[in-house]
Amino acid sequence: MRVSKRASGALAVGAAFALVASGCSSGNNDGGDAGASKDGAIVIDGTQPENPLVPANTTETGGGKIIDWLFTGLVEYPNNGGAPQNALAESIDTKDSKVFTIKIKPNTKFHDGTTVKAENFTKAWNWAAYGPSGAQNASFFSDIQGFGDVFTEDPDGPDGPKKAPEPKAKEMSGLKVIDDTTFEVTLSAPTAVFPTKLGYSAFMPLPDVFFADPAKFGKNPIGNGPVKFVSWQDDVEIKLTRFDDYSLRDKMKIKDVTVKIYQDDTAAYNDLVSGNLDFQQQVPVSSLAGEKWKNDLGDRAIASTTPTTGIIAFPIYDKRFQNKDLRRAISLSINRQEITDKIFFGNRKPADSWANPLTPGAEPGNCTACKFDPEQAKQLLAKAGGFKGKLTLSYNADASHKEWMEAVAQQIKTNLGIDAVAVGVPTFAVFRQNINAHKMTGAYRAGWQQDYPDVENWINPLYVTGGSSNDGLYSNPEVDALAKEASSAPSIEESHKKFAEAVKIIDQDVPSMPIYFGGQQSGHSEKIKKMELSNVGELDITSVEL
Amino acid sequence: MGRYLLRRLLQLVPVFIGTTFLIYWLVWSVPGDPFAGKCGDRPCPDNYVAVMTEKYHLNDSIWVQYATYMKNLFQGDFGTTFSGREISDIIMTSYPNTLKLAVVALSIEAIIGLSAGVLTGLRRNGFLDNLVLISTLFLIALPVFVIGFVLQWLIGVKLGIVRPTVSNDMPITELLLPGFVLGSASMAYIARVARTSIAENRRADYVRTAIAKGLPMRRVVGVHLLRNSLIPVVTLLGTDLGALMGGAIVTEGIFGINGIGRQVLRAIVTKQSATVVGIVVVLVLVYLVMNLLVDLLYAALDPRIRYE
Repeated sequence: MRVSKRASGALAVGAAFALVASGCSSGNNDGGDAGASKDGAIVIDGTQPENPLVPANTTETGGGKIIDWLFTGLVEYPNNGGAPQNALAESIDTKDSKVFTIKIKPNTKFHDGTTVKAENFTKAWNWAAYGPSGAQNASFFSDIQGFGDVFTEDPDGPDGPKKAPEPKAKEMSGLKVIDDTTFEVTLSAPTAVFPTKLGYSAFMPLPDVFFADPAKFGKNPIGNGPVKFVSWQDDVEIKLTRFDDYSLRDKMKIKDVTVKIYQDDTAAYNDLVSGNLDFQQQVPVSSLAGEKWKNDLGDRAIASTTPTTGIIAFPIYDKRFQNKDLRRAISLSINRQEITDKIFFGNRKPADSWANPLTPGAEPGNCTACKFDPEQAKQLLAKAGGFKGKLTLSYNADASHKEWMEAVAQQIKTNLGIDAVAVGVPTFAVFRQNINAHKMTGAYRAGWQQDYPDVENWINPLYVTGGSSNDGLYSNPEVDALAKEASSAPSIEESHKKFAEAVKIIDQDVPSMPIYFGGQQSGHSEKIKKMELSNVGELDITSVEL
Repeated sequence: MGRYLLRRLLQLVPVFIGTTFLIYWLVWSVPGDPFAGKCGDRPCPDNYVAVMTEKYHLNDSIWVQYATYMKNLFQGDFGTTFSGREISDIIMTSYPNTLKLAVVALSIEAIIGLSAGVLTGLRRNGFLDNLVLISTLFLIALPVFVIGFVLQWLIGVKLGIVRPTVSNDMPITELLLPGFVLGSASMAYIARVARTSIAENRRADYVRTAIAKGLPMRRVVGVHLLRNSLIPVVTLLGTDLGALMGGAIVTEGIFGINGIGRQVLRAIVTKQSATVVGIVVVLVLVYLVMNLLVDLLYAALDPRIRYE
């Protein structure tokens, strides 16, 4: 999961989305001037990475997109959002979705010239999963057998006086190197979606130099992707260049990339309009009103959809929200179309399904509670015995959520007569602290962007008991059972079928309210003749032609 | 004079300790767990929080944290941010940028403000006087981000005369626009203070004597009148350097300058006391030294002021 950390509030900002690794393209070669491209250089916008650039420790977009360019994993996700394809993997074989034999392509290189071997994966994964390493993405390895031996839970939480016991082992028993290009992964339970996860940045291979000094590596990362790291001047710029020995796919068609670090997206936008910047992933909110950005940029404006969903979640642990008729009534009283049209100028789409429809395995239109039906809403509210007191809808006020949250509150108030108010919490940190501690007394804003493209990533973390982002503590044994069956299904197709059944039950329970599907508004300079966006809306750097 | 200087320098010590503790405590009391929002819409894994808490002594009491911090500070160790970056490195890279911007702003406001003040103070109620009065009122009334965005859009984007944002090596020519924006409000105040001060002293006995003595007007204004009228202006300018540096955050954001403003803001939001204190400590020093300089300048400007 990655979090956008831009200081001012772009639409997509809100430090609220899980983001996936990407960086792949079906690059085709028409258009663009090969001569100009060959030694060409571009400047694109970015934010200062929060952490040293180590794949398993990067959870925000500023460092995340650089990681995506520097590394190529076993699989990668096509720009069109389809099913993952093998990248560094020659083959990923399994009979039971529990034991995977992974063969990697021989003789591919890291940027320091060393060869990518099977042990570069196993060592990297063991490092990330090992509790004392303190990696933010450690939980991604929890499927692997022996994870419990290397990662121990703190008995009284990180704030308590007791410390987590020293892990029994340093390596997971489920990882076994067979030869230089083959390794075997044994999971603790069958997991059909495991190969899909392998494209997420936590699963990238790391060169031998990493293990000598991880901290030093983070300031001078060495990857195996199409882009090579050159230098990083904190808060100013990150310089990258083409990796000429890249053999997995198309090389970069241009030579140099400078990621200029902006603190203000309007400053970046002004540079884009005046030709000093070549690409901005999300133009500022101020330029969206009245389609200003389209007038400024003309055919260089790119509107795209991203696999993100804006959600309002219920604290099911609060007695007042335990009646599912009440939850459905509130959800039905929200006119999503009006909100996306009036507040987001049509740049986002009203949500009508539980998993974002851009995700493989997700079905559009399966959220019956997402319709606008004030009559039925009133009946259901009466059936549920009404709602006493004030209904608060909390959001973090350090990003642009005020307008749409207030619109939702107003609609609930008008259509149901409930005293609904939108309440801004000053910072995202305070907001999340209350959510993590299960201390919310009303509904609250949430957001989700998939880590990897599969419907599993929209169900297990959000709606299964104990899920990593199931903050409302929704729990339905039927959903749990179906999701478990789906996760361990022998094939992805069967897994998707089972998840569809689970979604039907979730749809009856309405544990949260999907409100909108994310959209992105990007722009590029006249210099760029051809480019593509990745499945999560980042610039696909190998597709750029000048 | 020597004793005065010594006494003033000694006074800096309690002020220094007091301000650093106050700032440390304030940031420490900002609500919110530093790791609650760090991993987005799911809690950070416990092992990550545990490792970070241990590394940055976050479980210690505020007193122990502050004492540890001060002990390290006196050994020249400013500490590191949560992302592992040396704070001294942040100070070294961001301070020169902010200082450069503040000095450009200060020069602009001194030159334009003072000239406008002197000209209008000598010829009151003329066209120029009214023009300056109205335009300064305008500058004071407008918030700095309005001036910033409007000028950036007009001069940078629409007319294309300058780059809308400052490039990384910060050439002086590109700093003129942000410097003007940053110094605009103070410039207006300086023009007004200088105007009043000049107008008042214009009627003083020594000016009349100088004119009666037959001194050329240039000398009367340049030496006698200006020098005596400068004291309030110098006070303003002296304290303004610190204010400009501390208040440059909006201007830095608009023009994409890598200064201390964004560092402080980010550190406050993520509850990193060490970073905030490290940066503000230097700012406090700038304030204290500038104040001392201003006081010493008084004596140079006006012989009637003496420090034993």
